Amino acid sequence: MPKAAFPNKLLPYLLLAPQVLVTLVFFYWPASQALYQSVLKEDAFGLKTEFVGLANFSAILSNPNYLSSLQTTLIFSISTALLAMAPALLLATAAEKVVRGKGFYRTLMIWPYAVAPAVAGLLWLFMFNPTMGTFAYMLRAAGVPWDPLLNGDQAMLLVVVAAAWKQISYNFLFFVAALQSIPRSLVEAAAIDGAGSTKRFWTIVFPLIAPTSFFLLVVNTVYAFFDTFGIIDAVTAGGPARATETLVYKVYIDGFVNLDLGGSAAQSVILMAIVIALTAIQFRYVERKVHYA
Amino acid sequence: MAAIELSEVRKVYAGGVEAVKGVSLTIPDGAFCVLVGPSGCGKSTLLRMVAGLEGISGGTVRIGGRVVNDLEPASRDIAMVFQNYALYPHMTVRQNLEYGLKNRKTPKEEIARRVEEAARILEIGQYLDRRPGQLSGGQRQRVAMGRAIVREPAAFLFDEPLSNLDAKLRVTMRAEIRRLQRRLKTTSLYVTHDQLEAMTLADQLVVLNAGRIEQAGSPMAIYEKPASLFVATFIGSPAMNLVPLDGPGASPLATLAGPGRGRQVLGIRPEHMRLLDGGAGVRADEIVLDLVVSGVEVVGAESYVTGRLAHGGPELAVRVPGYSHLEPGAAVKAAAPLGAFHRFDAESGRRLELA
Repeated sequence: MPKAAFPNKLLPYLLLAPQVLVTLVFFYWPASQALYQSVLKEDAFGLKTEFVGLANFSAILSNPNYLSSLQTTLIFSISTALLAMAPALLLATAAEKVVRGKGFYRTLMIWPYAVAPAVAGLLWLFMFNPTMGTFAYMLRAAGVPWDPLLNGDQAMLLVVVAAAWKQISYNFLFFVAALQSIPRSLVEAAAIDGAGSTKRFWTIVFPLIAPTSFFLLVVNTVYAFFDTFGIIDAVTAGGPARATETLVYKVYIDGFVNLDLGGSAAQSVILMAIVIALTAIQFRYVERKVHYA
Repeated sequence: MAAIELSEVRKVYAGGVEAVKGVSLTIPDGAFCVLVGPSGCGKSTLLRMVAGLEGISGGTVRIGGRVVNDLEPASRDIAMVFQNYALYPHMTVRQNLEYGLKNRKTPKEEIARRVEEAARILEIGQYLDRRPGQLSGGQRQRVAMGRAIVREPAAFLFDEPLSNLDAKLRVTMRAEIRRLQRRLKTTSLYVTHDQLEAMTLADQLVVLNAGRIEQAGSPMAIYEKPASLFVATFIGSPAMNLVPLDGPGASPLATLAGPGRGRQVLGIRPEHMRLLDGGAGVRADEIVLDLVVSGVEVVGAESYVTGRLAHGGPELAVRVPGYSHLEPGAAVKAAAPLGAFHRFDAESGRRLELA
């Protein structure tokens, strides 16, 4: 390939500048600020700042509230990822069988993805709000003691469902594409080989879409970890009694509500490490796509 | 003991397109039947209906005397070899062969025995632990065949199994499939668009066109007496020469017309004609035609000289042994035995027999 040559030495840097500037201002600057803040201790009014080394980190890691938030996050993320993927796969296999109106059906399926997280959260909040929610009314009429404002498990269930619901569309798209990439003759060959439709799915189709499933698992976990702030804030605001306070939400509460800037910064540094690790996993295992020829 | 019998089989797709328009056909037990036709003639659809992968809109399909119209593909006791082989990419060759047997709860020792046997026959023993992705086209083809034969089914169905191979390998595998079928004596239905493959493989050749059987019979019977213009031009390479009797340049042939008064088309195969050196050596039962050479195709052992009937009529190909040095524009004389001509009705395309 011939090397592109710019007549002007300055031009390539000028062309790169906007992207570099955006990255610097919105990524590296905040990240470095977080790193810097995480080793400082500041009073709530910002009058005094003191260097404390790793004290913020050791305080966080020995704080039972932080560890329980970590547990909450794991439960929330895994439940959300699974709940977002299983129905998506089910819908995608069903969409394969649709003969007429395939495009229409798929378009409808994609819509929830366009809903902003906070709006999605509000939607579910209204439906299941104990005082005014239609579904909450129906649940109580059916004898279910529904009260996510007081019951932590129900609150968790509600945010998981709201967070997963939004992500189903995205997963659906990927599963549809993955299913379409399986040659029809493979499934037909399996049918002739005496495998019923359930067996065909688990022995032929599912192994062949495994790379996609793994990719989605990583993406959904990252989503549940970091992109669900809006939903949690709108639906439960981390409550009741911190039952839905995930790590990301705790960063916000500790930093901006409780004004413990150092502790909050230390938490975001830990989150940053988690993101980096997940991204590394994704690059290492997902980018190296599994090829079946 | 499993003949395949089709009677008045139809396929109508949603939207009213009729892909198969009433096909009746009996493939005797152990016979190798080849369905041949141009793309879109319904041959693959017909095969898929026998396999159970496509619903049957009308008529009945019997395999071994049993009506299979409403049976699942798995219950029809057939095995199929697909054009793209359809090997399971995430399984090893051994697992590919075992899959169908395991689904049928075949005893372990029996599975091992059959896989062993198939691997021996097809010489794929050393690849058993590889995955399809690590095999060449020819090896994959063998595995696909292996997956069919381990099942020991009542019938093999082949859907253009050689069209993904290169020309040389195709010839080898063709011979191999034929040998294998002779050895196993399993009734086979084979679909192809390649007339050469059809001619060389078939016990029973079926030429399909636009969803209907144009002609069925032994390959040589079809070659020697094509029932229609379509068959005449489809079977044989280069194709049979055709001369419409009312067209330009046809006057020297007018005496060869068959019975009836309709417009007719004469046909003659390139190998039945010969070029004359000067004007000598014409036999009494031959007709001599004047041609202006328009092109020469040298194949190697033989050449095909194409020339126009002198008065601007249709092009005729003549097979010439060896290397022809004729140049385009040269005037030549070609002789053809009167008995080698075929006559067809120009309207219906059907063959006309001399009374």
